[in-house]
Amino acid sequence: MKRYYTYFPGCSSSDGGAKAYGMSTEAVSKVLDMDLIELEDSNCCGSTPYSSVDELASLCNSARNLALAEKKGLDLVTPCSSCYVILKRTNQYLKEYPKLKAKVNEALAAGGLEYHGTVKPRHLLDVFVNDVGYDEIKSKVKINLGELKIAPYYGCQVVRPFASFDHPEYPQTLDRLVESLGAKATPFPLKARCCGGSLIISEEDLALQSVNKLLENAVSNGAELMITVCPLCQTNLDVYQGKTNKKFKTNFKIPVLFFTQFMGVAFGINNKTLGMEKCIVPADKVLAKSLKGAKGG
Amino acid sequence: METIEKAKKTFIDDICSIPGGEKIRLCIQCGTCSASCPNVNKMEYTPRQIIAMARAGMRDEVLSSNSMWCCASCYLCTVRCPRDIKPTELMHALECVAVSQPSKKAKTKTPAMYKSFSDFAYSLGSVPEVGFMTWYYFRTNPLRAVKMMPMALSLLRHGRMNIKAKRMKPEAERQLKAILNKAEELGGIE
Repeated sequence: MKRYYTYFPGCSSSDGGAKAYGMSTEAVSKVLDMDLIELEDSNCCGSTPYSSVDELASLCNSARNLALAEKKGLDLVTPCSSCYVILKRTNQYLKEYPKLKAKVNEALAAGGLEYHGTVKPRHLLDVFVNDVGYDEIKSKVKINLGELKIAPYYGCQVVRPFASFDHPEYPQTLDRLVESLGAKATPFPLKARCCGGSLIISEEDLALQSVNKLLENAVSNGAELMITVCPLCQTNLDVYQGKTNKKFKTNFKIPVLFFTQFMGVAFGINNKTLGMEKCIVPADKVLAKSLKGAKGG
Repeated sequence: METIEKAKKTFIDDICSIPGGEKIRLCIQCGTCSASCPNVNKMEYTPRQIIAMARAGMRDEVLSSNSMWCCASCYLCTVRCPRDIKPTELMHALECVAVSQPSKKAKTKTPAMYKSFSDFAYSLGSVPEVGFMTWYYFRTNPLRAVKMMPMALSLLRHGRMNIKAKRMKPEAERQLKAILNKAEELGGIE
């Protein structure tokens, strides 16, 4: 049964630093018989920065996307944790503050739009595990990953503040997804701890301290690879890994993949389609070792 | 005395006028937010202290502190707060008050970073990382841009840096502008 969704990739996954996330999302969704129909002419969700400098404008900015999506009548799926929170938060605010909703609709009317509040924004992880399901995902696995040890990193916003499909502090869905792909999810106590987010730009020391803690926690628990569900988490852990090593005199070299890239590997999709060459810390050695081990075993 | 009381009231009213800000009245000062915050060690005042100070009318001290700008919006305090205050949203409300009112500037570059980001969201409808970062460094410290060059080159080599911004269709861009300009005209939440 084909499943249909309105798709909101977000700036980073569609054309930015997390392009590999968008590429692998599309490839994996195809295997899972999902039709992700991109929301045409959408705008940037505004993320945390917009709501921190101008609340009303940021809500109108986000409501435009929701109004466009409402016309489609499907769930609105995004792979980005930040887009996910912003879209859900806009819904919640418009519901909780009727006066605000009236104002937002007054602004939307200037663009010929109206929003009634019926769109259901969802994170891609939620859709994979709850609509498609672990069994169906398992049935698509073609490559034996040979017990590769994975640290499933959730970060914050996929489970907080809206714990709509998993626990806000001790989530499990990504762990179970890893297991259904035939790999091993390592214990990872800091799996829902913050990576520093966009503060890596303005308060680098602060964010690198978080990145260091996460890398240390993953590696000391035996992980050979980390997977993430958010463009910014991947950027901080992968792109800033070298900087973190330099600052804390460590020598971490752990590859960080988007969870969709990892699913793609298990499904036997080729590296190019998954954008594997875009990882700063290369994953090929770790993956090759496990594939060889699997064949031997 | 009367004027001090009045100023105190105005500050609290300003905070309460932003959705999420009004819950500041419910705080019981238990400190769960401060104990949960991953960035508290960089804050001049902990979230619990900021709430107490705001309620005591310490406008200048609150608005010029770096505390809310160290919030990474991880929402750990929000899911733990026993009074359902949503301290994360309260921090956003304080940030909005801080940028809209003249006060001594906080010692942090986060407001400039947020502003650079929203400038792009407003004018293009998308935020190309290269343009946004360049604009941010230009506004704050152009020399940092030079220091970031090795990382930028590595991203470019790995196909992770798009120089050309993705643009919306002209009519979509006009629609977004019309909505955002109207929002500005409506002049705030209340």
